[in-house]
Amino acid sequence: MRKNSLKLITLFILAIISILLYAFYDIKGGFDYAFPRRVLKIAAMVVTGVAISYATVVFQTITQNRILTPSVMGMDSMYGVVQTLIYFFAGSMSVWVVNKYLNFGAAIIAMVLFALILYRFLFRSDKHPIYLLLLIGMIIGTLLGSLVTFMQVLIDPVEYLGLQSMLFASFTKVKAELLYIAIAILIVSFIYGFRIMSKLDVMSLGRENAMNLGVNYDRMVMNILILSSVLIATSTALVGPITFFGLIVANLSYQFLVTYKHSILILGASLISIIALVGGQFLVEHIFELRTTLSVIINFIGGIYFIYLLLRESRAAK
Amino acid sequence: MINIKDLSKRYGKKNVVEKVSLTIQPGTITSFIGPNGAGKSTLLSMVSRLLEADTGEVLLDQNNVKKWKSDEFAKRVSILKQSNFMNVRLTVRELVSFGRYPYSKGRLTDIDEKHVDQAIDYMNLHDMEDQFIDELSGGQKQRAFIAMVIAQDTDYILLDEPLNNLDMKHSVQIMKILRKLVDELGKTVVIVLHDINFASVYSDRIVALKDGKLVKNGPTSEIINSASLREIYDMDIPVQVQNGCRICVYFNSHG
Repeated sequence: MRKNSLKLITLFILAIISILLYAFYDIKGGFDYAFPRRVLKIAAMVVTGVAISYATVVFQTITQNRILTPSVMGMDSMYGVVQTLIYFFAGSMSVWVVNKYLNFGAAIIAMVLFALILYRFLFRSDKHPIYLLLLIGMIIGTLLGSLVTFMQVLIDPVEYLGLQSMLFASFTKVKAELLYIAIAILIVSFIYGFRIMSKLDVMSLGRENAMNLGVNYDRMVMNILILSSVLIATSTALVGPITFFGLIVANLSYQFLVTYKHSILILGASLISIIALVGGQFLVEHIFELRTTLSVIINFIGGIYFIYLLLRESRAAK
Repeated sequence: MINIKDLSKRYGKKNVVEKVSLTIQPGTITSFIGPNGAGKSTLLSMVSRLLEADTGEVLLDQNNVKKWKSDEFAKRVSILKQSNFMNVRLTVRELVSFGRYPYSKGRLTDIDEKHVDQAIDYMNLHDMEDQFIDELSGGQKQRAFIAMVIAQDTDYILLDEPLNNLDMKHSVQIMKILRKLVDELGKTVVIVLHDINFASVYSDRIVALKDGKLVKNGPTSEIINSASLREIYDMDIPVQVQNGCRICVYFNSHG
């Protein structure tokens, strides 16, 4: 336990350093101009990072695996589907696009429904091997992706530009008006989270053991599934989809902090996300001088890490 | 007291458990025996609320188990199933501490710690209480899980084939501990067993199932005889008495 608090403090200090570096490095003359903008971006990255970490860790607990994440199962693609449908049928001038809250609400509801349907068919019935689930997730993702592409080629090119900017992950064009609602959602999720942390710990023992210990497992799974889809929807609406990010931070947290306690795992994953996002964005802006984007780097590193995890899992299975 | 009334469960067209009624006698070891697919595990799962029955009911102290609050039920009845695959890394002591969850909700008190110590003592796990579960052998792992159930301190302990994958020494060890739980602490143990000799030697009562139906239910001495065993297993099984134990000799080199 003592070791873990030391590790958490180290992560916390690194996260603070990243934030300070990003906020003040090379700020020079335009302080009044640059500082509020940087703070806004930092806030968006922190909210996104924490939301993704939290959503991924709890999702992996209820699905009893460490490879599938809401994003890998196609939750991100669902966001693309919703936005494309809106642009396709209502157009960029419609209230569904102009009113950011309405747009956000539609995305959240669609993603929660998608998660519930997915769960009903994939995880509820007898245990499927993880590779089958993964394959199904990829197929669903590809199917949704093709559907989106099909509709996109039919849309007016000008409209398409507007849509495209919503579907690419970007920390430089944060939608500030959504930030407050995202923070509110995060706070509510954490208040709920504090009440269920110990239940989550028990649930990591598996359905039967958790039920034996008096946890209302099936109902909890439903609640947590909704929680994690709302969180993913929030982060996607804020900065766009970053598929592999949740997978990296959750697994790094498991490896780094060997514990079953969700309070520690989620805190660890959140701190790692903040370091990766804020620190990464700092590198992108000041070292690479915006020649690449953070989401490209994350998906590149995340993809490699994903393959590594798959290989390790297949070795463990033998 | 646990009463099972007309309990049935279907999977598709197959009746896995069909109109089973019986009473679990408090303060005994009751063994569920029967051929593969007889519905023993399904019955146990329904009694412990892991699985919902299609028709019929299970009563704990005259109240339907569905009406019990989850955490109150978990203080009265515990169940351990066969497969215990976990993703998390836990030490033996952490796992056993989980047994106190119905009481402590994750914050262990001194009384909880005492129960955990006792359970670890009971299962002889002192030397390995700080080892990780995934580093243990099959038998040690099984003992750790049973220790968790002991720490849960319930009146009823339901075990689904706890001797699976265990060698003779560890099987005997576990059966002796279960015997102690009943004789010394007044617990009630219900256990699904494949080896009828373990059932014969260590249990007070035997419930025999076949094709989802109850075929025998009574004190061990009334069930372990060639006529009853023939009815249950469709095999001629001679029963010999050795050191006061009835041993079923189901091996036969002559075919």
